[in-house]
Amino acid sequence: MTLRTHPNLADPDATYAALLAAHKGLTPEESHALNARLVLVLMNHIGDAETLAQALDLAKKA
Amino acid sequence: MPYAYRPFPVVPVKTPDRRHKVAIVGAGPVGLALAIDLAQQGVASVVLDDNNVVSVGSRAICWSKRSLEILDRLGIGEKCVEKGVTWKVGRTYHKGQEVWNFDLQPDPGHKMPAFVNLQQYYVEEYLVERCLQLPLIELRWKNRVTGVAQDTQGVTLTVETPEGPYQCHTDWVVACDGARSALRGMLGLDFDGELFEERFLIADIEMKGDFPSERRFWFQPDFHPGQSALLHKQPDDIYRIDLQLGWDADPELERQPERVIPRIEKAVGHADFRLDWVSVYTFQCRRLRNFVHDRVIFAGDSAHVVSPFGARGGNGGLQDVDALGWRLAGVVKGRDPAILRAYDRERCFAADENLLNSSRTTRFMSPADGAEREFRDAVLALAGRASFARPLVNSGRLSRPCTYPLPGADDGLPQGARPGSVAPDAPLPAGWLIELLGDQPLLLALGCAAPEVPDLAQLQLDRTPEIIARYLGPAPHALYLIRPDQIVAARWISADTETISAALTALWSPLS
Ligand SMILES: Cc1cc2nc3c(=O)[nH]c(=O)nc-3n(C[C@H](O)[C@H](O)[C@H](O)COP(=O)(O)OP(=O)(O)OC[C@H]3O[C@@H](n4cnc5c(N)ncnc54)[C@H](O)[C@@H]3O)c2cc1C
Repeated sequence: MTLRTHPNLADPDATYAALLAAHKGLTPEESHALNARLVLVLMNHIGDAETLAQALDLAKKA
Repeated sequence: MPYAYRPFPVVPVKTPDRRHKVAIVGAGPVGLALAIDLAQQGVASVVLDDNNVVSVGSRAICWSKRSLEILDRLGIGEKCVEKGVTWKVGRTYHKGQEVWNFDLQPDPGHKMPAFVNLQQYYVEEYLVERCLQLPLIELRWKNRVTGVAQDTQGVTLTVETPEGPYQCHTDWVVACDGARSALRGMLGLDFDGELFEERFLIADIEMKGDFPSERRFWFQPDFHPGQSALLHKQPDDIYRIDLQLGWDADPELERQPERVIPRIEKAVGHADFRLDWVSVYTFQCRRLRNFVHDRVIFAGDSAHVVSPFGARGGNGGLQDVDALGWRLAGVVKGRDPAILRAYDRERCFAADENLLNSSRTTRFMSPADGAEREFRDAVLALAGRASFARPLVNSGRLSRPCTYPLPGADDGLPQGARPGSVAPDAPLPAGWLIELLGDQPLLLALGCAAPEVPDLAQLQLDRTPEIIARYLGPAPHALYLIRPDQIVAARWISADTETISAALTALWSPLS
């Protein structure tokens, strides 16, 4: 499977706001922990190792 | 009752010493097992050990199914199972809640259980007893090897004894002298890998308890805040407790009973126990780049060390013996020494698998500060709530035999018996299939007759549910060539004499 890099969110602003809202009021450590859990949840959702490798690559290069 | 150490008799060596075919340095589980394997193949050896008792302190306790099969081939497997505590279920907890469990033998119909727990000193005691039954083995206690020199003809070891030093001349040396291998040092070989900046308190305690025969592992338990803990049951009412201490702990201080006892009281919930043995360890994952150095061959901890969470040290070492014994015996009997390269290749491959698993576990248990710890904690936090996170919880991936990368895997027969894997066990009308395999090459003819092949023993078996499931799959019949170490060398749905003969010859080729 190829990593989707074209826009895929129906409402980008709302989704982005939801991400910020989840972090609202958290200390930097709590935010890190939340992000770590979120990465794991999404990683499992994607499942495919090749797609994940592409995602890691893109994130590292950005 | 504490184990009663009985010193083995130290017999002065008559000098000048006779020339040996094989000298084994180190009478730990690996050296002793190798001597037995060679003797069963008709090859004599002398075993030199600097001590004269079995392992002081228990060290290894978990022996895998594959080790038990190997020990059974060597004559002591049943004794180990009888004395040991059999288990197959492991449970992992996070802050009091069970977050992951595994059953290592869900499938019945094997002679040997997934694991038994048995103190290393018992295993060594049984191995020594077995050695004493075999006239081809000479055990020399209080013989410390302090020098080595080799040329194309053989090796000369300098050996210190209570009566003074002597020279031991031999065709081959197998260095089974443990993690701090003197021979490795004398040959100036690098031992590459990593040291984990972590300390563990390892204690054996004697107590009456009704803990189940399961492996139990805790991350951040209330009784040992912020760290991890492991509890294992052994025979004689002995329990093994591992407590993670952190890198800053002072090993000398932590070994003191006044420090140890309160920690264990908290872990087991009472004070009614006797301290049997305590040590503080730092673990490493390292290996030699090559295990064969001309006429000096390394096996066991001298060749590779791993952290013990996964029980891959001693179990890996016994598999070294398995892969080496028949080949070295072949060389002593005149085969091309180049076949030892196949030992080197197979066991380096296996060591990498063991090192990979052990270091991943150690990192999970003892993550570096920063992202490593954040993700580890995230896995543990999620594991209680979401099942996907549970397989990510890593408290040890327990020793399994590796499958050597041999060709011929994709022929429609079951993957579990593909070339390179251990021939799966199966119940027979009387006894077990695994009991009939090993020590020499064998052609298994399953559900058919086999063509006659010179110098190759045959065993014909009927189709049973287990034979079908483990060896045949949809195929009506099959032929399996099994190596002396019970590894599947080659297999066919049908084959003629020439094909099978060629596969038999290939066993003795360095490229096989
Ligand atoms: C706390 C702990 C727990 C463990 N748990 C497990 C487990 O559950 N399962 C498992 O499989 N493994 C386990 N291991 C690992 C296991 O103990 C080792 O892998 C195993 O002992 C290796 O066997 P060996 O024969 O290669 O070396 P050793 O057992 O170390 O034997 C080496 C022998 O060589 C002798 N020797 C050394 N130098 C010389 C010399 N110069 N001349 C002559 N003789 C010499 C020594 O006296 C010794 O007898 C554990 C280890 C530790 C420390």
